Amino acid sequence: MLNQKRETQEKQNKIVGSLDSDWARLPQELLLHIFQYLPLLDRAYASQVCRRWNQAFHMPELWRCFEFELNQPASSYLKATHPDLIKQIIKRHSNHLQYVSFKVDSSTESAEAACDILSQLVNCSLKTLGLISTARPSFMEVPKSHFISALTVVFVNSKSLSSLKIDDTPVDDPSLKVLVANNSDTLKLLKMSSCPHVSPAGILCVADQCHGLRELALNYHLLSDELLLALSSEKHVHLEHLRIDVVSENPGQHFHTIKKSSWDAMVRHSPKFNLVMYFFLYEDEFGPFFNEEIPVTHLYFGRSVSKEVLGRVGLHCPRLVELVVCANGLRPLDEELIRIAKHCTQLSAIGLGECEVSCSAFVEFVKMCGRRLSQLSIMEEVLIPDHKYSLDEIHWEVSKHLGRVWFPDMMPTW
Amino acid sequence: CFTSSPPPPPKKLCDMVVNTIHWFRKGLRLHDNPSLRDSIRGADSLRCVYILDPWFAGSSNVGINRWRFLLHCLEDLDNSLRKLNSRLYVIRGQPTDVFPRLFKEWQINRLSYEYDSEPFGKERDAAIQKLACEAGVEVMVQVSHTLYNLVKIIELNDGHPPLTYKRFQALINRMDAVELPAETITLEVIRNCATPISEDHDDKFGVPSLEELGKFLFLFFIRFETEGLTTAIWPGGETEALMRLERHLERKAWVANFERPRMNANSLLASPTGLSPYLRFGCLSCRLFYFRLTDLYRKVKKNNSPPLSLYGQLLWREFFYTTATNNSCFDKMEGNPVCVQIPWDRNPEALAKWAEGQTGFPWIDAIMTQLRQEGWIHHLARHAVACFLTRGDLWISWEEGMKVFEELLIDVDWSVNAGSWMWLSCSSFFQQFFHCYCPVGFGRRTDPNGDYIRRYLPILRGFPAKYIYDPWNAPEEVQKAAKCIIGVHYPKPMVNHAEASRVNIERMKQIYQQLSSYRGLGLLATVPVHINNGGNGKRVDAGTRQGSAGSCETPSIQEGMSSAGT
Repeated sequence: MLNQKRETQEKQNKIVGSLDSDWARLPQELLLHIFQYLPLLDRAYASQVCRRWNQAFHMPELWRCFEFELNQPASSYLKATHPDLIKQIIKRHSNHLQYVSFKVDSSTESAEAACDILSQLVNCSLKTLGLISTARPSFMEVPKSHFISALTVVFVNSKSLSSLKIDDTPVDDPSLKVLVANNSDTLKLLKMSSCPHVSPAGILCVADQCHGLRELALNYHLLSDELLLALSSEKHVHLEHLRIDVVSENPGQHFHTIKKSSWDAMVRHSPKFNLVMYFFLYEDEFGPFFNEEIPVTHLYFGRSVSKEVLGRVGLHCPRLVELVVCANGLRPLDEELIRIAKHCTQLSAIGLGECEVSCSAFVEFVKMCGRRLSQLSIMEEVLIPDHKYSLDEIHWEVSKHLGRVWFPDMMPTW
Repeated sequence: CFTSSPPPPPKKLCDMVVNTIHWFRKGLRLHDNPSLRDSIRGADSLRCVYILDPWFAGSSNVGINRWRFLLHCLEDLDNSLRKLNSRLYVIRGQPTDVFPRLFKEWQINRLSYEYDSEPFGKERDAAIQKLACEAGVEVMVQVSHTLYNLVKIIELNDGHPPLTYKRFQALINRMDAVELPAETITLEVIRNCATPISEDHDDKFGVPSLEELGKFLFLFFIRFETEGLTTAIWPGGETEALMRLERHLERKAWVANFERPRMNANSLLASPTGLSPYLRFGCLSCRLFYFRLTDLYRKVKKNNSPPLSLYGQLLWREFFYTTATNNSCFDKMEGNPVCVQIPWDRNPEALAKWAEGQTGFPWIDAIMTQLRQEGWIHHLARHAVACFLTRGDLWISWEEGMKVFEELLIDVDWSVNAGSWMWLSCSSFFQQFFHCYCPVGFGRRTDPNGDYIRRYLPILRGFPAKYIYDPWNAPEEVQKAAKCIIGVHYPKPMVNHAEASRVNIERMKQIYQQLSSYRGLGLLATVPVHINNGGNGKRVDAGTRQGSAGSCETPSIQEGMSSAGT
């Protein structure tokens, strides 16, 4: 880019006094096309070359997408979007913005700065909005009223919001009502995991009104039979993807159950939908789960999960596609794995962390799953050598059955 | 025994006297020291030198345990050299100042040292080679700190260091056999070579005591406290190293098991057969270890082809040395082509709690206490605390953890430390990030009774096994009976682990999705798989695109659907 600039300067220097310069006379559409390939900084340099290039730089098409990066040197190693640039965007381009995201670090300052910018996007008609904390959830530290009023500005002014990502924020039921009042026809994606101020009624309102909703992410406490039924009502489009985080606040927490009939309704309505569940529970909190068939497709256990629960998973999760187990404990999961291989016929990805499986059972498991296993991530320590296979032999056996070279995941030994 | 046949002695120009210096840096041993051996051949005088350089990279961050270990090594070396009618010369200063002086004073025309593959080592040595050249000093360098010549491994991989351990193993399989260790320096070997020891040698060149060293380093703002120091759990030196090697092999032979040993409560404690610090300082030759292991395996298993896994410890070390050798930014995230740019949190308060063992998680705190007191922790303990600091709980940069390890661990060196931290924080090497070590559960499964906790955190001795890993959950009566109220005598847990791991797995996923452009729902598929084309440095930069609007590849949200891929 700098070469081009230099070339331009040289050429212009040669055409001293001439009013015409080929470079300056490039059609705007062509300039636009070229500029779209350039990263922002280079485009900014280009905009300083001549008036026409400067005009091109400010064409609306170049300002549809923007990611505001808000970092403080005291809390982040990464650079922030320059404040002058932010000012310029708000001044000249806020009505061009359509796809916007805010990436903030762990400082409250950054989250507040994001809210300030949001409050000024009065002329925006956003299609996409993402509020992303890259470290600790700093939006939760912002005074609730400040956050809500900023968010409401967007909801009210952008009447065609399609995609909204507001995980780990203090959004609440009233603001969701505002969202629904203005964007119910267009909302397709809503990610709001870990929003503690929302109640099941609040999210139900969204499901009832936003019939185009295809993707939803929330915490288990917001999930209800009514919600699932609302999402499977006739008026509603097919749901594509439902993500649920099940998080324990205190040990021994009690979780409600969802009726099998509600899940069945979902599957009938949206036969291809993906149900992604992330569990962060203590071992003894799994009582309400996996006692009946559940259409989960992607299952992640972020803490230790018992052998017994994994056994239930094998029995009740016929649609399972991916299973990831962080830790289990020191009793071999042989039977449970075999059962999963048998009943979860769609399983194509499995990850095992701190668990134990005998080499023979593991080979059996792989044999039963065969080539549908496209992801097999097993920590080396998981595999227990037995009379049939040693650790060195096992990778050949498994590779054979998978049809590709496979090794367990290793960790460095000092 | 294993020795290579000696090369022919270097030619002498008429009857020129050859005065040689052997420069010890690592390789603090007389067995398998080919550069020293070559140096002696045809030399008339030999002086073995160790330079105490407070300016050298990382020196300001060396803790007392490592200084002490180093001094033990130097003492041991000096003793061994005494038996050969020679001595060790310990000189304080910077090599670029020291050597020209010594070349002149001692009329040196030959200099030898063991090859140092680390970037700062190479830089330092290049400067010394230049000085030597100018002074007409012949330089003799040999590889003996690693099993292989790392340059050759990289050549075999089309000029790039392998980025995955699997790739590295594949390359190792294609390399020529490891060279046999060089013959030990004995009276016989050194017979024609004298060391002109002066009367005031001890004053001028003697190995300093820890206190003397402390006084010297104090001038460079390097402080450590020698009062209240307990006996060294890890005594340094070649003599100790060779004894441990025998014990280590004896134990393996007795168990007749060469598999990776299962982790149990005992493994956490310092072992009399542990070898890692001795390998790091070069008190033990990695090649000797390699060949002795091979020999033992062949005898016990009656099998002539030992698997690569037998050499696990040595090969990991080799792997990180290889990856680091051409990358002076290897110990940083910024500007490091093999490191994923992750938006770590800056949090000095939280970092300090971790470093000082005040997290409120007994498992973590006990490990950090052992680390600080003894200078060594088991590698799974390292994984636990590294995971806790970075991608597991605190979301603090691995560079910070690496610095703390650099200060406290005696077996750490630049390449292995940086490489391991990147690995454990899932910042490189295409690691899956899903497996998180629980700061409660992992410890409990390793040592159910909690003896390790009680040993290093005596304040928690009164807690029963049921609560010792999560004492904040213990009812008041239990805490009172244990004479330890959580929040008063021992800190409350500094994070909620479930919440922290939930947040962090999401962060890692965000980063890796950007890296791999994967938009599906699977967790495992977000990590890009190593491509079998030599694993060349494809820039693993999740990067902050400075508000790039560019082509409408929307930064983090797709308009509407995300591809419901499997």
